[in-house]
Amino acid sequence: MTDKLKVEALSAWFGNNPALYDINIAMPEKSVTAIIGPSGCGKSTFVRCLNRLHEEVPGASSRGIVLLDGEDVYSPGVDPVLLRRRMGMIFQKPNPFPTMSIAQNVVAGILLERRMSKSEVEESAEKYLKLAALWDEVKDKLHKPGMSLSGGQQQRLCIARALAVEPEVLLADEPASALDPISTAKVEELFMDLKERYTIIVVTHNMQQAARISDKTAFFLTGKLVEYDATAKIFTNPSRKETEDYVTGRFG
Amino acid sequence: MNGGGLGYGRRKLTGHVMMAGSLVAACIAVALLFWIIGYVFIKGIHGINLDFFTELPTPVGVEGGGLANAIVGSIIVVGMAALMAVPVGVAAAVYLSEYGRGLFASSVRFVADVLAGVPAIVAGIVAYALVVSRMGRFSAFSGSVALAILMLPIIIRSSEEIFKTVPNTLREASLALGIPRWRTVIKVVLRTASGGLVTGIMLAVARVGGEAAPLLFTAFSNSFWSLRPDQPMATLPVQLFNYAISPYDDWHEKAWAAALVLIFMVLMLNIAAKMYAHRRPGR
Ligand SMILES: Nc1ncnc2c1ncn2[C@@H]1O[C@H](COP(=O)(O)OP(=O)(O)OP(=O)(O)O)[C@@H](O)[C@H]1O
Ligand SMILES: [Mg+2]
Repeated sequence: MTDKLKVEALSAWFGNNPALYDINIAMPEKSVTAIIGPSGCGKSTFVRCLNRLHEEVPGASSRGIVLLDGEDVYSPGVDPVLLRRRMGMIFQKPNPFPTMSIAQNVVAGILLERRMSKSEVEESAEKYLKLAALWDEVKDKLHKPGMSLSGGQQQRLCIARALAVEPEVLLADEPASALDPISTAKVEELFMDLKERYTIIVVTHNMQQAARISDKTAFFLTGKLVEYDATAKIFTNPSRKETEDYVTGRFG
Repeated sequence: MNGGGLGYGRRKLTGHVMMAGSLVAACIAVALLFWIIGYVFIKGIHGINLDFFTELPTPVGVEGGGLANAIVGSIIVVGMAALMAVPVGVAAAVYLSEYGRGLFASSVRFVADVLAGVPAIVAGIVAYALVVSRMGRFSAFSGSVALAILMLPIIIRSSEEIFKTVPNTLREASLALGIPRWRTVIKVVLRTASGGLVTGIMLAVARVGGEAAPLLFTAFSNSFWSLRPDQPMATLPVQLFNYAISPYDDWHEKAWAAALVLIFMVLMLNIAAKMYAHRRPGR
């Protein structure tokens, strides 16, 4: 399999405080990669470096190479705005736009750029709501506010919204941590389906979840990539002591 | 277990005393407000009739007449002030909350705070120096400049506070969708904040709408109809002032009526602001 993403010597800072040290990692196309590690180890910072959202934080900086299809996203000719359209992002807390209806939220990535007719909004919304396995639950209330949904539904709405810009990569930062077990299962199932079309990177604190949905797992510790391997290997037979301690719950 | 015994009893008593004290204070404040409004109402209601809203002022000694030109003038002068202060103020607030960092931003904030404390009459002097002395005459426009100077810091600071209440996660959601920063500010931040924004603007309008001092030597006054911004224009607060300091009973009554209308307009603006802030979100 070819590498969709290849990260070389990536370091990141918040002001003068380093958050990532010299990360080297590669994600194969159409696979799910889980990022695990204790709180504050730099998981969020890492995924936010991939779509260049990290640099939007005041004082934040990074150095290194991130190759998307072999092209460095940090090279001077790359427009971060266009780059982000190729990498959808799902956040820990569902964040639908409060001024928009359910349908408008789905197509927000397009609607914020240009005018859309009502039928165009509905058609597009239907397509991506189906993809995000939310259609049946909301098809009768497309024009209700996006905030009127439950937390789990809101999160799938945000997934639909990310899918609607037709990205190639999905970055999910603890997408299920604010959800109940049933919603979590739905989101996990969704990722399993989406993997056939997208390269997915998912940050999670939930070991079982990482084991269930990912092909490869990366273990981060205090800003460094400690181990990166097939998920089965990480969870059954890790090469590093720190990894073993973490996945067996001895710390973190 | 005897949960604290004496200590608890005393705490409870202190709590009751504090609550009673603050309740009394609140009652005094509210009573005072109602007394003012009630007093103005009783004194002013006699002067209110249809003529008051449709007729021009009459010369001394001539009964009747109204303040139609001053009511319209107030709306024009304040409206032009808002037209100047709102775009600049909101844009400055956008800069402070979305882009502004470091020394320059904190200087702007500091200046806005200082400006907010400037007495209204000083704004009038500035407008006099800037506009009146150059144009060589009093004008509605110079009055608007004075009021705009007063509105600007209020709008900047209230808008910045409102923008800060827009969760950062919404900005990031938009940026992550590949929406440029400037578009995110307009379509997400401004739209999400629009309720509070409009409320803040209405309150700023209400706040300067009753100012007489800065208009006395800028918009001046006018006994006739004038809609020209380059000419002196009558306004309610100035007309109220002129009538109040006059020695005529008839004019005193008109001053009270003008006060009542002014209070009513400010009240309406405040109510509209509240209603806008509490309107159903979503649509
Ligand atoms: N906005 C910020 N400003 C300054 N420092 C930050 C900021 N965000 C994160 N950090 C620091 O960067 C380091 C990495 O944070 P990051 O959010 O990437 O951790 P994480 O692995 O995602 O943690 P969690 O599991 O709690 O989400 C932490 O030490 C954190 O304190
Ligand atoms: Mg995180």
